Amino acid sequence: MVSGELTSQDPELLRRLLRAKDRMDAASHEDWPVRRLAQVSRVSAAHFARSFKQAFGVPPHRYLLTRRVERATALLRDGDRPITDIAYETGWESLGTFGRTFRDITGESPSTFRAKAQAAARAFDPVPACFVSAAHRPDLTIAVSEKRRRQKINKNTPRR
Amino acid sequence: MNQSVREVGLYVRDQDEALSFYVEKLGFQIHTDVRNGEYRWLTVQHPDQPSLQLGLFKPGPPVHDEATAQTLRAIVAKGAMPPLVMCVPDCRDAYQRMHGLGVEFTQEPKDRYGTVDAAFRDPSGNGWKLIEARR
Repeated sequence: MVSGELTSQDPELLRRLLRAKDRMDAASHEDWPVRRLAQVSRVSAAHFARSFKQAFGVPPHRYLLTRRVERATALLRDGDRPITDIAYETGWESLGTFGRTFRDITGESPSTFRAKAQAAARAFDPVPACFVSAAHRPDLTIAVSEKRRRQKINKNTPRR
Repeated sequence: MNQSVREVGLYVRDQDEALSFYVEKLGFQIHTDVRNGEYRWLTVQHPDQPSLQLGLFKPGPPVHDEATAQTLRAIVAKGAMPPLVMCVPDCRDAYQRMHGLGVEFTQEPKDRYGTVDAAFRDPSGNGWKLIEARR
């Protein structure tokens, strides 16, 4: 039963999985292969990926992507640094991969996003910065590749 | 008298562990510690803010059935409880002291928006932001 499964994870294991999630949060620009994360949580690599997804609803790699994009959106919004710098600083190995992934997840290019976000940034001033950032975290419920595939299908479907 | 918040509760996995964390590492003092069978009402307060008590409660009987208690324990361990914010006069100083005492920091002190903030968790998984008061 699914609902039983959701709450059946050992809280002690969950606390250690949270530690791996915290480490990604603290350094999302770094590489986080499953092996490294599993070490943080003191479980086997095979056990880690499955347990993490069960606990947090997304596979660890996809979670990392959302954090990188969240951070990139904040940097784009809050300054005028070149987009290339932001791409490298948030963990991408090329501007192309960054731009493509960013657009796939947010629906906008980094430069379009920057222009819109800077105009709308003022409203959240009284909220502590990290929570504002969390509120803008992309909700990536499907894989990036799946999202790309679906968009392709939409484009190929003739309009009436 | 003005309306105010007097007590706010946290769920913790082990009340003794939480008590020693909040007292020995964060500088709180015991305010109330009373038991009735399995139930233990435990609150702490900080000497700098005597008007507020922080409750440290363990999910379980007689307040919760076992399934609810397990859900609450899981939520806390996953870090999914709402954000908590602690204000300090000097964030880096507090970080040094707490880090030295073995507090699990999830973010080192960082300058932003004209102040400094860090983040840590209690042993149960409750997440605290540590923010330096603006001068």
